Amino acid sequence: MAKKKDLILRTKFAERLCHWFLVICFFFTATSGLSWFYPSLSWMSNLLGSPQLARILHPFLGIVVFLALCFMLVKFAKYNLFAKTDLLWFRSVTGVIANKHDEKLQIGKYNAGQKVLFWLIMTAIVVLLVSGLIMWRAYFAHLFPIPVLRLAILAHAMAGIGLILLILGHIYLAIWVRGSITGMVTGYVSRAWVRQHHDRWYDELAAKDAAQKVDSKA
Amino acid sequence: MNLQNIIRCSATSDLTPAPQIRDHQMEVAKLIDVTTCIGCKACQVACNEWNDLRGEVEENVGVYDNPRDLAPETWTLMRFTEHEDESGKLEWLIRKDGCMHCEDPGCLKACPAPGAIVQYENGIVDFQSDHCIGCGYCVAGCPFNVPRISKKDNRAYKCTLCSDRVSVGQEPACVKTCPTGAISFGSKESMKTLAAERVAELNERGFEHAGLYDPQGVGGTHVMYVLHHADEPTLYAGLPKEPQISPVVEGWKDVLKPVAAVATVAAVAGMVAHFVGVGPNNVEEEDTSETDKTV
Repeated sequence: MAKKKDLILRTKFAERLCHWFLVICFFFTATSGLSWFYPSLSWMSNLLGSPQLARILHPFLGIVVFLALCFMLVKFAKYNLFAKTDLLWFRSVTGVIANKHDEKLQIGKYNAGQKVLFWLIMTAIVVLLVSGLIMWRAYFAHLFPIPVLRLAILAHAMAGIGLILLILGHIYLAIWVRGSITGMVTGYVSRAWVRQHHDRWYDELAAKDAAQKVDSKA
Repeated sequence: MNLQNIIRCSATSDLTPAPQIRDHQMEVAKLIDVTTCIGCKACQVACNEWNDLRGEVEENVGVYDNPRDLAPETWTLMRFTEHEDESGKLEWLIRKDGCMHCEDPGCLKACPAPGAIVQYENGIVDFQSDHCIGCGYCVAGCPFNVPRISKKDNRAYKCTLCSDRVSVGQEPACVKTCPTGAISFGSKESMKTLAAERVAELNERGFEHAGLYDPQGVGGTHVMYVLHHADEPTLYAGLPKEPQISPVVEGWKDVLKPVAAVATVAAVAGMVAHFVGVGPNNVEEEDTSETDKTV
């Protein structure tokens, strides 16, 4: 086990808490949603008690997911703005997938793939929120004409499946890249981990550290 | 109703179809002769009485329609249209609205709750309200704007074609009560024959476009109309000319579902293959004291 001074705080407590809160809420929203998309998965709506209860809870859970993602947006948007160096990552994406680490790809706190994921999740949740509100039978559906409802249901299903696929990919990559899950649980990753996966961020941290040392000496 | 008489069931996969072994022969139909209807609303009353429905008393809004629209407690409704033909002659078109009991029901296709909507062997489409979750997908699926969701219990309701009466050999309550004989009930074949006779009569009397409304876009219906203007069904309070299940609903159920299933399986297979192929992405270089110095 590495000593604390060998570790770098990658995700703060509030952000980690929000992440795992999202995991739980999204799990129940996604499973209940799937239960209505595939008859073979209809048993999934029992995870929320009963199919009727799932229908009641699903939209509220969805709104909670939206709000939690709003928090994520505020906290992480600045790290997920695209930079010129992202082109390097895109060009070398096959090497990244092939688990090759010889090249330094100038990767910031998040790599270009993570940035794409981030913005796709944000897009999906907005589509899900808008279409979900339109088709919400208990409160809003009666305000819209039937052709609009049909489009909303189709858009909701497409965005829902899209988001589930994105999250499946997110989960897999977290499993694949060793140290990521520990990072999201404890908040800390090793220096070597940062150097390997986020070299530009590592350099930035090093520069900041050096500046601080100079300051404290002065 | 014998459960073996259920030939179609909502939210069940084609791999696990409803009981199919029995050789059902007779499909039923209700024939509503719009040209004979006098708009007395006895059918509405009979429907409410038989089915124990008591809708809210509403305000008069200056039209004959009463209540104004179908509702969870109003399964059938006379819709009145004042139509002036080219010669300026006024016609009062009165259509008894309600579930059409489509052969290919859009509500059943859209419904995500297993067994909440079923189709019996005689063609009746029925809501099994105990399985209903109140999502309202049937509202989006129906080409005729018929199902209504109750605010009281969040469940969908519509005309059952008195499936309880039909199953014991009786005709629906509205048919039983109609004082002019504008509503008939029997096998679909016999109702078509009856309609053809009536249409011939109407043709003779100068209604050259009289005809039967049994729209094939939904596979035909088990509630049919005889119309004086079969070429223009929309005259009758917006009865759709060529109703069919919306392409949007078909895109959702027939395209998106299989595409998403294939995509998910492919994605998971790809992940497994990737992990087995390249192995976990470990940190290659160990933390050393040397690196600590650099930071």
